[in-house]
Amino acid sequence: MLIKSRRLRGLLRTLASVLTTLFGLLLVTFVISRLLPADPVLAIVGDHATEEYVARVREELGLNKPILIQFWIYLSHVIQGDLGQSIRTSRPIAQELMNVFPATLELATLGTIIGIILGIPLGVLAAVRKDTMIDHVVRFLGLVGYSVPIFWLGLMGLLVFYAKLDWLPGPGRLDFGYEDMITPVTGLMTVDTLIAGDMDLFKNALGHLILPASLLGYFSLAYISRMTRSLMLGQLSQEYILTARVKGVSEARIIWKHAMGNILVPLITVIALSYGNLLEGSVLTETVFAWRGLGLYITDSIFGQDMPAVMGGTVVVGAIFIIINMLTDVAYRLLDPRAK
Amino acid sequence: MNMLLKAGVAGLALVMASGFAADAKTPKDTLVMAWVFDDIISLDPAEIYEFSSSEYMANTYDRLVVQNLDKPGELKMQAADSYSVSDDGKVFTFKIRPGIKFASGNEMTAEDAEFSLERYVLLDKSPAFIMNQFGLKKETVKDMVRVKDASTLEVELDAAYAPSFFLNCLSYTSAIIDKKEAMSHEKDGDLGYDWLRTNFAGSGPFVLKAWKPNESLVLEANEGYWGGAPKIKRVLAKNVTESATQQLLLQKGDVDMARNLTGDQLKAIAGDKSVHVAAAPKATLWYMGLNTKNEYLAKPEVRQAMKYLVDYDGLANTSFKAIGIKHQTFLPEGQLGADNETPFTLDVAKAKELLAKAGVPNGFNITMDTTNKTETRLLSASIQNTLSKAGINLIIKLADNKTTLTKYRASQHDIYIGQWGSDYQDPHSNAEGYLMAPLAKRNQWQLPENEAAVLAARDEKDSTKRAAMYMTLQKQALETSPYVIMFQQVETAAVQNSVKGFVLGPTFDLNLYSSVTKE
Repeated sequence: MLIKSRRLRGLLRTLASVLTTLFGLLLVTFVISRLLPADPVLAIVGDHATEEYVARVREELGLNKPILIQFWIYLSHVIQGDLGQSIRTSRPIAQELMNVFPATLELATLGTIIGIILGIPLGVLAAVRKDTMIDHVVRFLGLVGYSVPIFWLGLMGLLVFYAKLDWLPGPGRLDFGYEDMITPVTGLMTVDTLIAGDMDLFKNALGHLILPASLLGYFSLAYISRMTRSLMLGQLSQEYILTARVKGVSEARIIWKHAMGNILVPLITVIALSYGNLLEGSVLTETVFAWRGLGLYITDSIFGQDMPAVMGGTVVVGAIFIIINMLTDVAYRLLDPRAK
Repeated sequence: MNMLLKAGVAGLALVMASGFAADAKTPKDTLVMAWVFDDIISLDPAEIYEFSSSEYMANTYDRLVVQNLDKPGELKMQAADSYSVSDDGKVFTFKIRPGIKFASGNEMTAEDAEFSLERYVLLDKSPAFIMNQFGLKKETVKDMVRVKDASTLEVELDAAYAPSFFLNCLSYTSAIIDKKEAMSHEKDGDLGYDWLRTNFAGSGPFVLKAWKPNESLVLEANEGYWGGAPKIKRVLAKNVTESATQQLLLQKGDVDMARNLTGDQLKAIAGDKSVHVAAAPKATLWYMGLNTKNEYLAKPEVRQAMKYLVDYDGLANTSFKAIGIKHQTFLPEGQLGADNETPFTLDVAKAKELLAKAGVPNGFNITMDTTNKTETRLLSASIQNTLSKAGINLIIKLADNKTTLTKYRASQHDIYIGQWGSDYQDPHSNAEGYLMAPLAKRNQWQLPENEAAVLAARDEKDSTKRAAMYMTLQKQALETSPYVIMFQQVETAAVQNSVKGFVLGPTFDLNLYSSVTKE
């Protein structure tokens, strides 16, 4: 009974903190959007509109009401599950987000998988071979990943692998001619082409995914390998490692079982953060690759002064981080015996 | 582990060898464009007012009359077969062309034309003001636009205007909508607006197949088009915002056309033998608006001095080479009465003389609001340099387009630099904009004598006389106005040589796909 009520209390506490976070996020975004010196009405009516028309549209949008009332109206709609209509496309924002989010999800997930598969072994290798050539190469790779503009790297990737070598297809999620041949089911192009049972299209979708996902994977790798290296170094100097070595435990077991077991929990935080960042949408990658994802959607909406769309995007980003945080918590409990 | 890795690499190599890249060539019967069309906010003709949506409208709807591309400044009939004007000049009668069918199969009648013209006014969206100019207001339009019989439409105006003025306006705001189709989707008396902003009810050479905002636009040939079916079956436009990506797609042959390359990129592809560049001057001008509220800019000599402090030729040969032509009057080339003379050149000595006359021989400090668009930034930097030669210290205030516009509309600028496009292909649009409102208002230069002259030119029935009146107005503006007009925008499209027949017209509602062929 006691356990049950403690669990319930925990759940309620989490829920309260989630709602407070979302509320704060919405309030701040809303207020900032209204404090901008640009007139949101201009996004709809254009530069040539008469004063009367501007005034009428402002009233239609409710922009002449006090800002807190505007926020209250917005909030009451959100609570009812209505994110509103986009100012620029006249479509329900929830529907637009459902179109763009899977594109980002697909890209970020593959990017993160690449980051994990390569980043962790590289980080471990660099830590084990500290101050050798391998360490320097890994650290240099990480540094490049951190400092080279992703925009430039994306264009170079396209130039080399698409334009010159012809190994990979170009921008977009499918070749242009194929776009309308797939009915979205999950919105994930690789999955939808498989559902449609069309292997050619699946290959095409996968091909389109490789370059941008590798690019994001590289950035994720840069972060993950650097953190793995420093976490691993911290463990390798511990006394229990020395003890294990004295006892004759194999080096592989020491690294992958003993040390890795201890850095797994902080490493998961690192991976979750990196995944969360990619899920927000990488605006520049999405721009270069004409990849209509969440990042591009939010950025376009900001520049287009489409505030309902920006707010909708904010809700999604907030939800992503909350979900990832919750998943990380679950992973902690599974991996860390103390948390059990 | 090693074996697994090797197998993985081998597998990947196999997939790569069989190629992720599908056949790079675009389908023969489809025109594929990389284009930035994120300005489209609605597909309802009564709301369409942006560049890209105007182009969509031109290819999917018939209008009563349209501009004649073979004879600039003249009109030709489209959905109307003929028209006549009453003796008092107030009533226009249009005969609807027989045999036009909408995509729904419904035949076009005068009732559809009446419905469509009334909708512009009743819905009261951005283009409504074009109709309002003729006394077609919400309260009156139902009486003034009327069906005489199944093929005859009458439009009564509140006064006698120059017929060319009314028809030029109508060449934009007379897209005919299928009344039955639109009304079958009507909700709460909205005349089908909510449905039509994302759907289609037209009769043009192409029909809308799919539209994903900011993503893709697909049109299909209207095989039964009265003017003859288009030669290609489909038009597929992809919204590719990054121009470097557009260039790559074009050069790889994945698109037939890249619509938004920069000047530098156009230069870069000049050597590519498989691609050519189509170009057309558009009715959009780059200019500086000098706010006469400012103590210095209030002096006519200072304003004239500014006109001598722009390196027109230098810019025309470098940054603006592919994207603009030197132009200094307020009517763009191609409009009735446009004066293409360019009396101003960079002349620092002359400017200093004028500044001395104005009592500011040592110059002054002044700010300029600039948007972060590449061209405006390049212009601003060059102007900052040339102004400094006459001692004028220009402080550039860079912001995003809408922030700058908000300030400009409220007249809170010293100097504004940007673009102004004509609302419709008639000289009155710019004459009104620059000499009456809104630009004259934003720059605090509303003069009663200008207003009288603009209205007189608007109402002159003799086209030759009308053109002469605009010539005079432009000459006066060169001498006194607070506008430093510099360039007329040239729209370009880089096109594969295999594609022929794409028409880039003088306005965006005259960019046409119907004669496109692919080899």
